[in-house]
Parts: sequence; C-alpha cells; structure tokens
Amino acid sequence: MIVAEKKPIQEIIEEIKTHDSVLILGCNECVTVCEAGGKKEVGVLASALRMYFLNKGRDMRIDEHTLERQCDHEYLDEIREMIDQYDGVVSLACGVGVQFTAEKYTQKPIYPGVNTFFMGVTESRGVWTERCQGCGQCILASTGGICPVSRCAKRILNGPCGGSTTGNCEINKDVACGWQLIIDRLKALGRLDEYEELAPIKDWSTDRAGGPRKVVREDVQS
Amino acid sequence: MRLEYPTSIKIIRVPCTGKVDLLHLMRAFEMGADGVYVVGCLEGDCHYNSGNFRARKRVEQASRILDTVGIGGDRVQMVNLSSSDGPLFARKAAEMVNRILEAGPNPLKSAKSEEAA
Ligand code: SF4
Repeated sequence: MIVAEKKPIQEIIEEIKTHDSVLILGCNECVTVCEAGGKKEVGVLASALRMYFLNKGRDMRIDEHTLERQCDHEYLDEIREMIDQYDGVVSLACGVGVQFTAEKYTQKPIYPGVNTFFMGVTESRGVWTERCQGCGQCILASTGGICPVSRCAKRILNGPCGGSTTGNCEINKDVACGWQLIIDRLKALGRLDEYEELAPIKDWSTDRAGGPRKVVREDVQS
Repeated sequence: MRLEYPTSIKIIRVPCTGKVDLLHLMRAFEMGADGVYVVGCLEGDCHYNSGNFRARKRVEQASRILDTVGIGGDRVQMVNLSSSDGPLFARKAAEMVNRILEAGPNPLKSAKSEEAA
C-alpha cells in the first residue's frame, strides 16, 4: 500500500482559513489502512476544524465525504454534483489522489491533508515500513525476495558496503542492513551460491530517473 | 453503599473502554460537552487485555487535538479504577467536576449562541 501520515491540523487550518466552505475528502484504500485518510480520519479532522473555526467565531461549513478511491475517474465522478458547493477541498488521499482530484476539478483548490511517504507494509499496528520504490525492473528473483533498491540506503546491487555492522546499516543503527537480510535469506534458502553472481548494471531508465513514467496496455485499453 | 456523586455527570455505558473511539470523544465536545472522562478497569485488569490501554491513547489523542483547536485538552481524562471501588468512583467524579468548573463551560456553547444571535 501507499503509506501516508496525517498532516498537523494547524497546517490544514492555514491552508483553508480564507474559505467559507470546505469538503474533507477521504479515500477508502491505502490511507484507510495506514490510518491517515480514511472515513474515520475524515470525521476526526472535520470535527476538529469545525470546533476550531466555530471557536474563532467563524461560520465555516466543513463537510465530510469518503470515496472508494481518488485515483480512478469513476469514483471521482461521484462528487461532481456536490463539489461546487465548496470553496475548496482537503483531500486525505495520497499525493496521487490529491493530484487526480485537482486534475479533474480544475476550478477548485484541492489541498493535501496528508504527507505521502512510500509503498510499504504494516509491520504491526501503528508501524509501517518501506518495501518498494517502483524501479520498474523487478530484481527480487535474484535477491531472495528482499529488495536492495528500497531496503539498502545506497541502493547497492552487489552489497553489502563496508558500513554494514552486526546486521545494521551505517546510516542508523536501528535500520537493518538490506544486504545482510538478503544474505541471511539466501542462506536459509540454500541458495547462497547465487550471491556470488555479480548483478549486472541496472537499467535505471525505467526508474524515476527516466522522468515521469507511463504504463500503456493496448490489450486492455478501451 | 449510598455514595453521592455530582448530578451533572451523564454516564454512557460501553462494554469496554476499548470501544470508545476518538471520534466519539470529538463529537461529544463538538456537541457541547464541557468535559469527558473515560473510566476503565485498572491497567492490567482488562478482560480484553488492551481495551483500557487503547482508550488511554485515544484520550491522549483527543486531548492534543482539543488543545490545538482551542477547546482545552484538560477537559478530557482517562481514569482507571476497580469496578468494586465505589468510593474512588465518587471521588474521581467530584475531581472531574471541579476540574471542569475551573475550566469553565465548553467555549463552543457561547460561540454557538453568538452565531445564532
Ligand atoms: S550498510 Fe547495508 S543497507 Fe546500509 S548502505 Fe551499506 S549495504 Fe546498504
């Protein structure tokens, strides 16, 4: 999932304080799972903002709505009839959802309500960690299912570097060395001989380095 | 045990304090509650293991938000006591009422009546 974190309420107040009516728009997907922008977070934020502005003597309308997703036209179409009632929208979706909402409703200011971080997993309730950087050319088959692009601070493809100490990375002793994880896993799989094979130079043109990316599937295109 | 506790307190029963959500606390204040306190079992005594710990975290979250929006984080409290400890229940109720009397009414009430005027 895409992992995001709630923005401080104060920051959102600054974003919207000049408006008289605002819609808080949640997303039912990733941001719901990482407890940053689902229906419940929409409710809490909207309630906090209503209290803040009422306490300031402002007659501000703050409504709540949550879409199945904000990264697909069909779901975003749902708010077409209601969006004109508002001066602005605070989207609690990831940066993708915020942008797609803004692209679709060009006349409306759309503000981000979360900070979007990475593609990752729920390690335990309240702890999310990064697993994938979307490099566009997956090499997990040869690294024991552990990604050096996302789990190694230096994205080294033939690791570890000299900074790996007792299983931890030199950037921070609380961060596991991605390459130590790979070696341990290959050992457990009885495939340590694969570690001896040098990884070829990676084609980074499919990564972000090649500019904004696009996937086109003619077989499913309408 | 005919113990007295302040009549201004309205009791809302829940199966476990773990059922109390942040949203419930927020809505209570939005609707004009002057204070809310969540009374859970003693820490370590929760029938569901962690219900009262969860409640405490939610109370702390609500408190931070109420501070941010100018309502006052002191208006929400977590209390842990044994269900057989009636005298402590009555004492905590009195303490809460005193705390709220000191803080004054929920500022949203006067804001709402001004808006209506
Ligand atoms: S210590 Fe390990 S994770 Fe850190 S940069 Fe070196 S190889 Fe990568």
